Amino acid sequence: MKKQKFKVDKHILTPKHSKLGEREKAQLLEKYQVTSKELPKILKTDSAIKELDAKLWDVIKITRKSPTAGESIFYRVVSDV
Amino acid sequence: MSNIISEYEDKLPIKIIEEIKNNLPKGISDAKLKKVMEAIHEEYRTAKVHPGESVGMIAAESIGEPGTQMTLNTFHFAGVAEMNVTLGLPRIIEILDGRKELENPMMEIYLKKPYASGKKIEELRHLALQIRETRLRDISTEFSINIADFTIEVKLDKDKMKEIDLTNGKVMDAILKQLKGYNIKDNKDSLMLKARTKEDVFNDAYKTKEKIKNITVKGIKGISQVLPVKREDEFVIITAGSNLADVLQLEEIDAYRTTTNNIFEIEQVLGIEAARQSIINEIFKVIESQGLNVDVRHIMLVADTMCVSGTLKGITRYGVVSEKSSVLARASFETPIKHIINAALVGEVDNLNSVVENVMVNQPVPIGTGLPSLAVKSPQKAKEK
Repeated sequence: MKKQKFKVDKHILTPKHSKLGEREKAQLLEKYQVTSKELPKILKTDSAIKELDAKLWDVIKITRKSPTAGESIFYRVVSDV
Repeated sequence: MSNIISEYEDKLPIKIIEEIKNNLPKGISDAKLKKVMEAIHEEYRTAKVHPGESVGMIAAESIGEPGTQMTLNTFHFAGVAEMNVTLGLPRIIEILDGRKELENPMMEIYLKKPYASGKKIEELRHLALQIRETRLRDISTEFSINIADFTIEVKLDKDKMKEIDLTNGKVMDAILKQLKGYNIKDNKDSLMLKARTKEDVFNDAYKTKEKIKNITVKGIKGISQVLPVKREDEFVIITAGSNLADVLQLEEIDAYRTTTNNIFEIEQVLGIEAARQSIINEIFKVIESQGLNVDVRHIMLVADTMCVSGTLKGITRYGVVSEKSSVLARASFETPIKHIINAALVGEVDNLNSVVENVMVNQPVPIGTGLPSLAVKSPQKAKEK
């Protein structure tokens, strides 16, 4: 059987992941009055962010499809544990 | 008109805005629209969960109460091949505990066009057989050891091999790949294996004989049964056994809709966010199939809790409970003595920040009206600024 190349971000279960810039990150932390340590985490090795080239403590913005709100936005900080 | 609505884009969820757009009467004046939007925004604000509301408690009750009415059985899947499906309470427990080994791992493989339409049923059957794991023992009739020179003879079942497109060469390649230090000779109806090392003893030959029985010669490891079924207007292949990473590589399948019920595999292959979505889907599927009615929001909360740390954590003493910062809260769940002794050994401090520990020491809990506390700016500090 031949093989096809599989892209994780195209799968129906995977929502859109994008990396926040430094300024957006500062704005986000200011808006919710939190430190980046307190955000939910995503592993650096997570297959959904492999192509984003994310470094430690970067914030990943996740745009989920939600059955209740249509679309909801979630943030996770890149962590190594 | 549209800029009045777009003003509310970050205040209201997209779904509500869509609904407003679809239901507005034609030619509504800007002033009236503004009033409508304000009223909706106010309504939405009051409908939100209040700060300090114990949502976890409500979620636990809302899932737990209908849970008492769920079945305790494992059902058999109607079809040609007998396949088991875990449903009801056992399945819910399995998901929430975050178990790695499932009772009945299953996959739903969606197919690309020529196969999905089901026009060529023969090809579909053929594809399904290609996916199923075939071990050496499935295509052979006899394994024997020649004691004189310690060769292992494998008699092949040619009919079965033909059915799934196997040739002697392919079988030999598969064996050589997974077995080191052996030479294989092709005798048409059988294969002869001989160890390369001279000092082979009978024990080794016997062990190898048992080992090669389980060598995968074709298909995908872990898929023990395949069953093509019609779902709505396309054909999908349902499998018993699961191996997402390998199945997604196949060219004939629609990889972007193919899923498994093993959430750990999803986490590994597709990431933590996909795992969260999959937890919600799986739990909701069970609850729906039992004819019960639980709001998705409760399930979402549970799924979020299991996924905050970036890896999947079950709701057990090894999972989310072990993440709690308070000793007393951990001790109140399971194995209290272990937690209290360990905490005493390392001199852990409990700041009484959460609910259970405050209940234990008979203090008001930080929930609802117990949450806000008084903050006073000290006059001295204010002066310094």
